[in-house]
Amino acid sequence: MSVLDVLALLPIIVITAAAVVVMLAIALRRDYRLSAALAVIGVVLTIAALPVSYQMAPTQATPLLVIDHFALFFMGLLLATGLAVILLCYGYFSKREGQNEELYLLLLTTLLGALVLVASSHFATFFLGLEILSVSLFALISYPFKNAMSLEAGLKYLILSGVSSAFLLFGIALIYGEVGTLFFQQIGALLRNSGGGDPAVLIGIIMVVGAMGFKLSLVPFHLWTPDVYQGAPAPISALIATVSKGAVFAVLLRYFVVGHVYDFEPLFIVISAIALLSILVGNLLALLQNNVKRILAYSSIAHMGYLLVALVALDRIGTRLAIETVSFYLAAYLITTLGAFGMVTVLSSSETDADGLEDYRGLFWRRPWLAGCFTAMLLSLAGIPLTVGFIAKFYIFVAGVGGGLWLLLLVLIIGSGIGLYYYLRVVFQMVKEPARQENQAGGAIPWPGGVALSFLTVLLLWFGVYPGVLMELIQGMAPP
Amino acid sequence: MILVWLIIVLFVGGLLSGFADRWSSVWPRWIALAALTIDACLLIALIVDAESLALSVTSSSWITDLKWAWIPRFGITFHLAVDGLSLLLIALTIFLGIMAISCSWTEIKQGNGFFHFNLLWTLAGVVGVFLALDLFLFFFFWEVMIIPMYFLIAIWGHENRAYASMKFFLFTQVSGLLMLLAIVVLVFIHHQNSGVYTFDYFDLLDASLDSTVAFWLMLGFFIPFAVKLPAVPFHTWLPDAHTQASTGGSVILAGVLLKTGAYGLIRFVVPLFPEAAHTFTPVAMALGAVSILYGASLAFAQSDMKRLVAYSSISHMGFVLLGVFAWNAIALQGAVMTMLAHGISAAALFMIAGGLQERMHTRDMGRMGGLWGRVPRMGAIALFFSIAALGMPGLGNFIGEVLVLLGAFQVNRAMTVVAALGLIVAPIYSLILIQKAFHGPPKEHDTIRDFGGREMTAMGFMVIATLWMGLYPQAMMGLAEPGIRDRETGIRDQGSGIRDQPIELKVSGSSSLILDSRLLTAERGPEQP
Repeated sequence: MSVLDVLALLPIIVITAAAVVVMLAIALRRDYRLSAALAVIGVVLTIAALPVSYQMAPTQATPLLVIDHFALFFMGLLLATGLAVILLCYGYFSKREGQNEELYLLLLTTLLGALVLVASSHFATFFLGLEILSVSLFALISYPFKNAMSLEAGLKYLILSGVSSAFLLFGIALIYGEVGTLFFQQIGALLRNSGGGDPAVLIGIIMVVGAMGFKLSLVPFHLWTPDVYQGAPAPISALIATVSKGAVFAVLLRYFVVGHVYDFEPLFIVISAIALLSILVGNLLALLQNNVKRILAYSSIAHMGYLLVALVALDRIGTRLAIETVSFYLAAYLITTLGAFGMVTVLSSSETDADGLEDYRGLFWRRPWLAGCFTAMLLSLAGIPLTVGFIAKFYIFVAGVGGGLWLLLLVLIIGSGIGLYYYLRVVFQMVKEPARQENQAGGAIPWPGGVALSFLTVLLLWFGVYPGVLMELIQGMAPP
Repeated sequence: MILVWLIIVLFVGGLLSGFADRWSSVWPRWIALAALTIDACLLIALIVDAESLALSVTSSSWITDLKWAWIPRFGITFHLAVDGLSLLLIALTIFLGIMAISCSWTEIKQGNGFFHFNLLWTLAGVVGVFLALDLFLFFFFWEVMIIPMYFLIAIWGHENRAYASMKFFLFTQVSGLLMLLAIVVLVFIHHQNSGVYTFDYFDLLDASLDSTVAFWLMLGFFIPFAVKLPAVPFHTWLPDAHTQASTGGSVILAGVLLKTGAYGLIRFVVPLFPEAAHTFTPVAMALGAVSILYGASLAFAQSDMKRLVAYSSISHMGFVLLGVFAWNAIALQGAVMTMLAHGISAAALFMIAGGLQERMHTRDMGRMGGLWGRVPRMGAIALFFSIAALGMPGLGNFIGEVLVLLGAFQVNRAMTVVAALGLIVAPIYSLILIQKAFHGPPKEHDTIRDFGGREMTAMGFMVIATLWMGLYPQAMMGLAEPGIRDRETGIRDQGSGIRDQPIELKVSGSSSLILDSRLLTAERGPEQP
């Protein structure tokens, strides 16, 4: 490992160091503000280290990690998301009793896992990154350990995540048994020469995709999602929905592109079916929910289904456009989902999360700004113009049309139509007259969360009206 | 630049109205009114431009044009342009916008700022729709106008507003996605043929399409426009949305939003896919004729005043559909005139219905009766606009409908005969409204306020506009003509062989309508599609 490699890996090193520093600081003195501040500084420093690695990119830093533009883009995206989650957590957990300092340590390790994941070029780092991410998430989900719902959610996530890891390992083993290497690049080259079609490899790849499906909560691997989203503290739900899914999707895309997985015809039938089911099931089940967190959970299932359309089209539209579509969509999805969960976070009281539809009744007349932001987030999830969600949906349309996926596009239109209904239900709750005078009060929202939310809203509208900047950034990125 | 300002003024005015609510509940109204007045001035400047252009010899029907890069990645531009047709429709939009503010003056009591914010943003979206010549931009505005309209219905609507607003949003949005899909496919095909991504209207006009693909794409555009128009069988959202919206909302919906559908048909469906649209003509004309009769007969069956007017809108917009697909200049002129005249008459009738509801807290005509004696001014004005709606010569609607029938007759006689029956049903439902609400013995005796100065001024403007359109339609037709002529030469160039001679459309007439005889002779013997 040379000095250059160290420089290239600087972001990962900095965030590891930050985690250690927070841990030591807690050991010396329990101070909620201090550990939050250290975590923020750590993430900011990590972001500051990105330009340094950018100078080195693209480079294979150690055989296991590759630092290229693709990795750096997603690192930046996920770190910014992580920063927003930390800000949201600050206000949320400062109101709650218990020792909340370790929370920030876990948030940093989650981010570490995500960074390793997006830079992995080898199944070993892939697995390591995924486990660092998941193990941190178990603890975070059940962090309010006196709350039965959180504990249940944590346990559910732990068990299902364990099962999916087992699937992943078995899939990796099958692939390894056939091709004899764990490097994505070499697997791709070997598969290409053999012409594909080996059933063991195919089963291996399907098992890997299935394991990813658990993390991305795609149908039929989605059953944990609503319960975990509902049980986890609101900012942690945001973390699962954004950082975890974003990182997993990024690595999935890299594996598909580098590993030449798209030579396998049957695999695409499987993925198309998963996409179709995710869109329909996610949207239809969201109709039945009265809990905002559950609505968002099902909506995230549907969104991952939309995103898969780009992956299915990958073969026909070429890697460039596919990567561009996925990157833009993920950026839009992260901004929007973070904003939506952020809204639930800042409205939550010190005892319960504001996740019932009733909690939002009349919000428009009580807190016009907050309700306006939330409306923008929901409309963005629904893909309405003026918001970044629309441009993202436009990208999916472009990818789908380019790939000639008419059935999926039709399902996408139907799904969006159903989606509108449940998003508008929430909006309609907000514009209703406030129910009673007494519960109109409600304290001021914590400022870090407020800052994060205003920033997200501005981004959402900016990229919705003038997406050129983000598009150029993504386009400038060389494919892996 | 003036085109951008038309939109910006409305957006900014909307924001200001929204904020002004913090200080006073009166300000938002005045700010909104000021924004619309500024827009009206800008528009007059444009019309003056257009007049001087018409004098000079130019081949282009576009008065002014503006093109900025927006999303270069996909060749999407911020391309606005205005021709006579858009100019007329924008004039209608701004005029009815002012009317909507005036009729909401006392009706809206809560959330004044947000109401005017939504009103102005809807109008801004509509103006954008009429101006956009980039398909992506068009779609952008198309969707932008729906959201504030949703709020106008959902917040300030009547008893069943949740259902009505949701239905409105779902119908328009989902059909809109079909259009987005069609747009993207069109752009992709053009990209395959020419190697460039572009969403520009003029570039896409040249896209060469396989006839099956063209047909599907045409349907992708036709359905959202038919939903908005609305044409039977896509009309079911309209009676609910119109009935449940507040008066201002209904005025905008009926007067302006429906016209965006017709505009889309004229501007996009026919020019982009001439052959496919031509094959589709019999179906489209049949839909138009069915809408006319179905809307009219359902209107007759209503006891709810706003619902009656809503169904009558379906009937009138059927004429527009018929006119657009008759493929000749007279019918098209008729369609444009119907759009303008119906915009004003329907808006006026909704304002009367809204005024009555504000006073009597009911829209049920069974509970009205004998109102003429109690509110004579409202009665007289209601009678005027009912008569306008039924197509009395000398008033705007007549010109439009007769021109449509005249044009359609040359193309498809059977359909025109059926459509003309609409002119018989129209008096029945229009007069039943007057009879039930204003004639007969009064049901209640407590006094209610008649139209005051503000309302009479607004109504006065609308009466004048209707009379003007009826007595001197050449003013509007002259403006719309270059665009229509252009389109027609375009159609001819596409070689669909529908017409061979250029026609000269000249409507002279001051008291009523006398069509130049050359017109009729020139129009003889078109091929039956």
